[in-house]
Amino acid sequence: MKYVQEFRDPQKAHGLLEEITVLGDQLTQSRPGPIKIMEVCGGHTHAIFKYGLESLLPPTVELIHGPGCPVCIMPKGQLDDAIALAQHPDVMLTTFGDVMRVPGSRQSLLQAKAEGADIRMVYSPLDALAIAQKHPDREVVFFAIGFETTAPSTALTVLQAERQGIENFSLFCNHVLVVPALEALLSNPDLQLDGFIGPGHVSMVIGARPYQVIAERYRKPITVSGFEPLDILQSLWMVLRQLADGRCEVENQYTRLVQEEGNAVALAAMAKVFAVRDQFEWRGLGDIPASGFRMHPDYARFDAEAKFTLPHRRVADHKACACGDILKGVKKPWECKVFGTACTPEHPIGACMVSSEGACAAYYKYGRATVDRQPARSQPALR
Amino acid sequence: MNIPISKPNLPKLPRLRDQTITLAHGSGGQAMHDLIAALMVSQFQGAVPAAMEDQARIPLQELMALGDRLAFTTDSYVVDPLFFPGSDIGALAVNGTVNDLAVGGAIPCYLTCALILEEGLPIDTLRHVVESMTLAAQRAGVAIVTGDTKVVPRGSVDKLFINTAGIGVMRTGVTPAATQLQPGDVVLVNGPIGNHGATILVARGELSLETDLQSDCQPLNGLVDAIVSVCPEVRAMRDATRGGLATVLNEFADSSQVGIQLQEDQIPVDTAVAGLCELLGLDPLYLANEGKLVVVVPPDRAEVVLQAMRSHPTGTHSRIIGQVTPGQRVSLKTTFGTERIVDRLVGDQLPRIC
Repeated sequence: MKYVQEFRDPQKAHGLLEEITVLGDQLTQSRPGPIKIMEVCGGHTHAIFKYGLESLLPPTVELIHGPGCPVCIMPKGQLDDAIALAQHPDVMLTTFGDVMRVPGSRQSLLQAKAEGADIRMVYSPLDALAIAQKHPDREVVFFAIGFETTAPSTALTVLQAERQGIENFSLFCNHVLVVPALEALLSNPDLQLDGFIGPGHVSMVIGARPYQVIAERYRKPITVSGFEPLDILQSLWMVLRQLADGRCEVENQYTRLVQEEGNAVALAAMAKVFAVRDQFEWRGLGDIPASGFRMHPDYARFDAEAKFTLPHRRVADHKACACGDILKGVKKPWECKVFGTACTPEHPIGACMVSSEGACAAYYKYGRATVDRQPARSQPALR
Repeated sequence: MNIPISKPNLPKLPRLRDQTITLAHGSGGQAMHDLIAALMVSQFQGAVPAAMEDQARIPLQELMALGDRLAFTTDSYVVDPLFFPGSDIGALAVNGTVNDLAVGGAIPCYLTCALILEEGLPIDTLRHVVESMTLAAQRAGVAIVTGDTKVVPRGSVDKLFINTAGIGVMRTGVTPAATQLQPGDVVLVNGPIGNHGATILVARGELSLETDLQSDCQPLNGLVDAIVSVCPEVRAMRDATRGGLATVLNEFADSSQVGIQLQEDQIPVDTAVAGLCELLGLDPLYLANEGKLVVVVPPDRAEVVLQAMRSHPTGTHSRIIGQVTPGQRVSLKTTFGTERIVDRLVGDQLPRIC
């Protein structure tokens, strides 16, 4: 495969790792503990585990796995609302496959489907629109989730529905926004982070500029990164370089895809169809101001929340679950009491165990070197 | 002068006039009799006997000549779509059960065929499936000797489900088992993994992708013959169907309380499968196969088994992909130089692949 293997070259990685080790040593000389860098995006978390990158890092540099998995952060109350929609006799609920297993307060969409709710898995919101055209007698609701990565395709689907005059299609809009979530994390006094690896796909849409606030107000360096192992190592090196130079800037490693201004067409579609919610609840992190999209009043006729009365019940996270602390970088997954025992990918309790992009699920799947709770990095590098 | 032997007085093959399956074809009456005689029995057995009994009768002596134990298995087939590049539900239903027998070290002999048909199924579809089963049975050298047909109202099943059970004979002295792995043993596979799962995913048409992918659906009993003839002490064999290579290896590791270390750069994956996995975020280690054999042999037999596999038509691309370790987990040494755990799959990403 062209342009894939080039970004997985072990020799080049070796060179980057040597420089990362030097920078790590230099930065930790006059402080206790390792340098902690958060990769925000679940796609990065997945790649880090898939390629075993943590096992290559020196002990002076630690990766913290952030809240960038849109499936994981969906609160139980929203899931309950989606299930309530699906159970409405007129409704056919459509959504992406990875939402199906996320536990609500009583059951998941998968369980609701087994009990008779009409729920269809789709690969794209356009598939949901096609289903709406095929079933004009049913209300087809698309349970829209995801960061700014998937929000444009949802917005464009609504615009297409408008053009085609399709009236039996609506959104249960649960799109969330990256920067407000990072700001919420940064405002937390417990936080122990030195810098960020910024999400690549989100930035393809919003550009690199919106992260300025992180560099300027919160004085943390951030590097927008691609998803191949060399991308991630290079971005890590760039963040460490900033720290060593005493700089706090927004840098862009993923220049082959991400532009400063983002994607104007995508941004315009989102601005037209969506409005920012006053606040949105994130599993593990609680309410975060201005961190999610709802439908714009002009598009209320495509808004499932306007068409149907939803329970809107808040459901507290499980008491034993440490997802909030894990997302803040305060705790590691294996430090959670229920990790790997009561909370497993088959029966997730917390947000981070739900999707393979979640930190706990990734450790569980790729990182359990032994049956006792050892972190992945305790494995020796095997090169 | 040779007098030709007179042909037995076989009943005339009934003509099937219907275009679609109706509930009458499952009613036990004439329509059902005609369907079974014209379509199933004539295909599977070459002719319709004077009387159809409720059971196949198998001479024990014939079986006892092949080995010392019976192997008996069953599997149901619900794949969607029924026909896909490289194979179809009929061939799958034969090969799947043949392979379940073969990987136990058994010689597959007899199969059953139970069909559950949805009212409204085109008879031509059924005919194609039955013909495909017949060809697959011939290729694998097994006979389909008994069966059953049920028709359910429209919507109660999706088009056509098949169950096949199979009887085989275990060769004397050959007893592969998942519990027998020992550290140092060598793991082999007979060719590129993930083709069946990837083919079905594309054949569903939901991705609007065009590929030249084909299912790897094939019988493995010939390959198993080749392996046990050079290595009767083969530790374990299994066909990597649902859950793929990763699942089989986890089952082996758990059963034997050992670890298995795979070498990523030695695991054969076709470019089209690798590309599809990149695109969709799938892992070929977990994609289904329908003709891939995972074999574990003692280290000193690895090379001779590899050569035996490669000289068989269903094993030309065989590779040594890993080794059994004293650990407890299946791990992958990546091309990137790191090692990661290869755990069991959680949930079913792709229902109805077989």
